[in-house]
Amino acid sequence: MALKLSHDELMKFDLRPSGRGWMDTRPGFRKGTYCFSGAPKHVEYLEQPNPREWQPYDDDWKLPENWEEIIIKGFEERLSRFRSFKLFMDICVRCGACADKCHYFIGSGDPKNMPVLRAELMRSVYRKRFTAAGKLLGRLVGARELDESVLREWFYYFYQCTECRRCSIYCPYGIDTAEITMMGRELLNLVGLNINWIIEPASNCFRTGNHLGIQPHTFKDNIEFAVDEIEEITGLRLNPTINRKGAEVLFIIPSADIFADPHIFTFYGYLMLFHEIGLDYTFSSYASEGGNFGLFFSHEMVKRLNAKIYAEAKRLGVKYIIGGECGHMWRVMHQYMDTMNGPAETKGDPVSSITGTRFDHARSTKMVHICEFTSDLIHHNKLRLDPSRNDGYRVTFHDSCNPARAMGMLEEPRIVIKSSCNNFFEMPENTIREHTFCCGSGAGLGTDENLEMRMRGGLPRANAVRHVHDKHGVNMLACICAIDKATLPALMDYWIGGVEVCGVHELLGNALMMNGEKERTTNLRGDELALKEESNA
Amino acid sequence: MGLTLSFILVCALSLAAYAGAGKLPALFGIWFPYAASVLFLGGILFRLIDWARSAVPFRITTTAGQAKSLPWIKSERLESPSGLPSLLGRMALEVLFFRSLFRNTRAEIHPGPKLAYGSSKWLWIFAMMFHWSFLIIFIRHLRFFSEPVPFLVSLTHSLDGLFEIGLPELYITNVLIMLALSYLLVRRIIVPQVRYISLLSDYFPLFMLIGIALSGIIMRYFVKTDVVAAKKLIMSLLLFSPSIPEGLGSAFYIHLFLVCVFFAIFPFSKLSHMAGVFLSPTRNLANTNRLRRHINPWNHPVKVHTYEEWEDEFRDRLKAAGYQLERE
Repeated sequence: MALKLSHDELMKFDLRPSGRGWMDTRPGFRKGTYCFSGAPKHVEYLEQPNPREWQPYDDDWKLPENWEEIIIKGFEERLSRFRSFKLFMDICVRCGACADKCHYFIGSGDPKNMPVLRAELMRSVYRKRFTAAGKLLGRLVGARELDESVLREWFYYFYQCTECRRCSIYCPYGIDTAEITMMGRELLNLVGLNINWIIEPASNCFRTGNHLGIQPHTFKDNIEFAVDEIEEITGLRLNPTINRKGAEVLFIIPSADIFADPHIFTFYGYLMLFHEIGLDYTFSSYASEGGNFGLFFSHEMVKRLNAKIYAEAKRLGVKYIIGGECGHMWRVMHQYMDTMNGPAETKGDPVSSITGTRFDHARSTKMVHICEFTSDLIHHNKLRLDPSRNDGYRVTFHDSCNPARAMGMLEEPRIVIKSSCNNFFEMPENTIREHTFCCGSGAGLGTDENLEMRMRGGLPRANAVRHVHDKHGVNMLACICAIDKATLPALMDYWIGGVEVCGVHELLGNALMMNGEKERTTNLRGDELALKEESNA
Repeated sequence: MGLTLSFILVCALSLAAYAGAGKLPALFGIWFPYAASVLFLGGILFRLIDWARSAVPFRITTTAGQAKSLPWIKSERLESPSGLPSLLGRMALEVLFFRSLFRNTRAEIHPGPKLAYGSSKWLWIFAMMFHWSFLIIFIRHLRFFSEPVPFLVSLTHSLDGLFEIGLPELYITNVLIMLALSYLLVRRIIVPQVRYISLLSDYFPLFMLIGIALSGIIMRYFVKTDVVAAKKLIMSLLLFSPSIPEGLGSAFYIHLFLVCVFFAIFPFSKLSHMAGVFLSPTRNLANTNRLRRHINPWNHPVKVHTYEEWEDEFRDRLKAAGYQLERE
């Protein structure tokens, strides 16, 4: 699906707000800028409130009678449960440093996409209900009543934030819009306002173990399929195992890796790497998803969906866990899992049996990112790599939001990329590393019906890629996030053209010289390696 | 509306002090200062306790640089603290030098579209200028609150007047704070994005600060005020035996009254950011998430889908696919 609007049509806006004050405007729910509602069967399955048929464009949202009471009670509860929330309601000075840091604001000019205003949508209600100044002075100090139109506004704008935390690093008080949005979505969910792109994967995940609803036999088939493909490319027959007790490592991936294109090529890379170094690892068809769409609507759901990881590590008796390439999955693994479902009961510590390296920084969580694992192998010269096999690619790297701003994992993926290919070019410095721009489709917003907003939100990322595309001929955008892999191709096609998207371990898989492999004639995508000759000539 | 109203409010407050102090010196000289002190100290204490009572369930550090991971990868500890020392370093940079604001950029869209992000340090420069001037002026003023005057206070005082321009010598901070406040106000009015989000709560403190600074400057350079008398009043307040000395003019009362109002509203307005910045969970927690388990005080149990339930649900398919089962 491609967006029909031309670039010019999309760019008809101004970053300078004018006209009526923000309290006097309400969003129009224009087609292409919002996501469809959660289907009742999934809301019901997860035992969430108010399952019903409704859509955001309906006049009647079929809210519960006492919706206002529910929201205010939920608000109060969260103020005491989360210091972040309470503090962020109180201390903003509206300096505006965050205003032009949001990809949705830059791509739409909608002033309510300035992070400060996104938060004010909530603060205004907070002031009216919970502060003396707000009760007394009302609108003058930015306080307003909660009514249904405000609730609709919340829905529109809290599902127009990808929780990427870019604004947060510029805020002098570290106010984190992701926290605000998470609270906003939790409150909305209390009265049954959620979107299907989040609730359906969450419900699938709770039932089958993964977002896509892949059942255990299909999970196995898909891995078999990958094994066949790898055999065709390398001549080697790999033997990955599933649910095997006593393995050293439990390997957790985002489920898109075994199902979607271009994720699957990264999956080949993982399998080839683990085979080559002889890692004793197993997949799990119960814990068949590391991603966690619970993160996109409530802390409770994060915990519910995440519980299987440690449970499975314990059941299988592994020593430690390795996690694949996924952004929000790693936000959960790094910042929530141990607190929510720990302490981990594994049979050992995270120690690479190949290099002997102790991953001390993961001592408590017992979970290592595959880029950390692989960059350690590279550092210890345990891999034979032929980067020229990637010579057809001129590569740049998109730091995925969560690994960059929640983990601080910036170097590891670059080490893998630089060892795996010869042509690597960084995008401009204000658009990478901690400054990285979101794909525009994260936090559950990567749906087709939301395409216009996704292309808008992805503009800053696409524009930086276009810069290196024009300057260095970059034709491959590497990333370490499943949502990126799913949504960046459409973004590249719309804004640039001629740029593909891949995972870091796809590049590694291409470059990896495996023991006993036949001479490779194609890369993992099945494209001829002939370009190699051209670039040497 | 917030802009004009704030201006009018500050003028009205000044007028009230101008008109009222002569008739009711005890109210303006004694009771307002006491009330303001109680509101300020009590309010800040209330704020801190109120914030502290809310839990910190998760360690949600924002990382702005390479974390400490593998020993041979250089980490940026001040951007992604790996322990207490680096955390204190990060907080110090944040509180004293506004590290995050220093990162500021300005997004521009050129035809194409072509986006550019220029460095934009003006806000940082003037924010630093304002806050540091305020701090130095505050310290300078402690000479009215102490006898004998501590060395550091008198040192600050003499350093601030180092240039010895004019008589009484010009304080550097007086110039800087007026410059900075003017910038902050003008920026709020002319930058469309900032104007759009500004409230009375933003303009009012700015006009208050401008009023306080101006009345202070007028007192020092234009309408000479008896500083000995001023100190007498303040010391008598501190010793809880308040008495109003002779010779305090209207400028002094305007200054004092505005200061009182400023401190009285401090804890209940956005000015509380001064205390809040220390508690911000994205900044004051180290990025040691996988190293040390963070405890959530309300870690409620939730409904999960256990392996056993899952196996029961998919038993036939698992069997057909040849999986090993816990229960055959």
